[in-house]
Amino acid sequence: MSDVLVVSEHRRGELRDVSFELLTAGRELADALGGDLHVGVVAGDVERFADDLNRPGVDRIHAVANGEEFDHTVYTAAVEALVDRIDPAAVLTPNSVNGLDYAPAVAERLDLPLVADVLGFEYDADDGLTVTREMYGSKVETAVAVEGDRFCLTLRGGEFVPAEGVGDAEIEPVEIEAPESGARVKGFEEVGGGDVDIADADVLVSVGRGIGEEENLELVEELADALGATLSSSRPIVDNGWLPKNRQVGQSGKVVTPDVYIAVGISGAVQHVAGMKGSDTIVAINTDPNAPIFDIADYGIVGDLFDVVPELVAEFE
Amino acid sequence: MKVLVTVKEVGEADDDFEIEGTDIASSDLEYDLNEWDDYAIEAAVQLAEAGIAEEVVAVTIGPERAEETIRMALAKGADRAVRVWDDAFEGTFADVSSKVDVFEAVVDEEEPELVLSGVQAADTAFGATGVALAERIGFDHAAVVNDLDLDADAGVANVHRELEGGIEELTEVDLPAVLTVQTGLNEPRYASLRGIRQAQRKEIAATDLADLGLTPADVESTLTLTEMYEPESDSDAELIEGDAGEAAGRLAEVLREKGVGA
Repeated sequence: MSDVLVVSEHRRGELRDVSFELLTAGRELADALGGDLHVGVVAGDVERFADDLNRPGVDRIHAVANGEEFDHTVYTAAVEALVDRIDPAAVLTPNSVNGLDYAPAVAERLDLPLVADVLGFEYDADDGLTVTREMYGSKVETAVAVEGDRFCLTLRGGEFVPAEGVGDAEIEPVEIEAPESGARVKGFEEVGGGDVDIADADVLVSVGRGIGEEENLELVEELADALGATLSSSRPIVDNGWLPKNRQVGQSGKVVTPDVYIAVGISGAVQHVAGMKGSDTIVAINTDPNAPIFDIADYGIVGDLFDVVPELVAEFE
Repeated sequence: MKVLVTVKEVGEADDDFEIEGTDIASSDLEYDLNEWDDYAIEAAVQLAEAGIAEEVVAVTIGPERAEETIRMALAKGADRAVRVWDDAFEGTFADVSSKVDVFEAVVDEEEPELVLSGVQAADTAFGATGVALAERIGFDHAAVVNDLDLDADAGVANVHRELEGGIEELTEVDLPAVLTVQTGLNEPRYASLRGIRQAQRKEIAATDLADLGLTPADVESTLTLTEMYEPESDSDAELIEGDAGEAAGRLAEVLREKGVGA
């Protein structure tokens, strides 16, 4: 009972990056616990996925060939069956939209303490497990001690280096009986589209909650015009219906890598940063000096966008 | 059908804040209805207006202070509320299972056919309670729902689940169900003056663990918050100083160097 079970994630025929990050995290935790690293791969082309997940540090891969795409009923049953087989101390899943659709059910069913959105962890035999996670919209970090010697963690993507190379894990097919699902996937839809692809832009002026009111958008539109830039936004602007979904930068929107990204009134929530951190040059204008956007910015102005933006427009007119 | 909406009062940290022990000083927190729950309330109220929901009940785990927030949910159209609190929660970091213990007891009492939860609470950001609750009470579920079309006659909810990268999964969920509601599902209304007046007369049932047939031992948390600190900024941003005009001037230079506006 010192092993670690990592549950990989794939979508529409591709393993997602977080799966390989989980291998690294899982190996670290297995080393601390003194156990083996097991990887579960559930649904879809499990043989191909298993080959790809066979990277250094992985001891055993369990391939559960039920279904094609993600189905939380199948995933929950599969993880339950694998836990039954392996008797691991830890179950690690991605803190993804699908991860959060089954990991809480797994933890509940198996009576495991659950910590979600984990950034890092430390384990020693005396003190047990302590995890690092954020609170209050990334304004603070916390250490959370987990009671007991079994637990389930959902890990934030992008926090661990993806495992690379070819390993020598044993790959084993596993057959499970999953109950009929009460949630049936009917298909997928790509959102966005429309007139503009913000992923193609060299310069983006991106607007966030700090703009306050819909009528103030004019201000950033003027800036985008003056700079010859394309207008994009963070999530709240799209949630409010002020800009269409195809303008949204972030985890659930577009991932962009322009030459210059100018964040206006955007605090820099982790979901937003995931969509723009690859920009060459990041400029942030925000009133809050502690806003996380300044952590990744190359240039920052701590100030009121309603003062700064008109001045900046004037500079380019 | 009856719709149960789980709501939470969350604290948002001021720009400047102090950490006292393992939490932000309460004087540096602005308390408000959790943003995701606002969308969940709106979804429930819209179901009532469409004649699908007969009653909308809001439930919260929170101290007396949270009544103001609950009152907002009532002002927006929830019919009544249940507020669960107990000394056992004071100063602890409740784990998912403890919250589920409470909500399970409330579900047993209320017998809803649909439970709506926000995807996550803005303060703790676990995003797990709704799905764990579904597992406990034997409902089906869908996490991170940003489109909802409830077909009560067919006994299903047709939802979109917002996956990463601009992909939505179209899913049919059997009722009874727990749905976790993503922001953007609808346009949460502002409470009207009339709604606010009416909310004063609506019931908020203050409930403790004993009322629910639970004991403090049932809700003992497996998690302890041992430290809270401000993350070390690894920022190497060049902060541009000066008044708005000076700052804009310097930024314009930087942008021109990068070929912007040329």
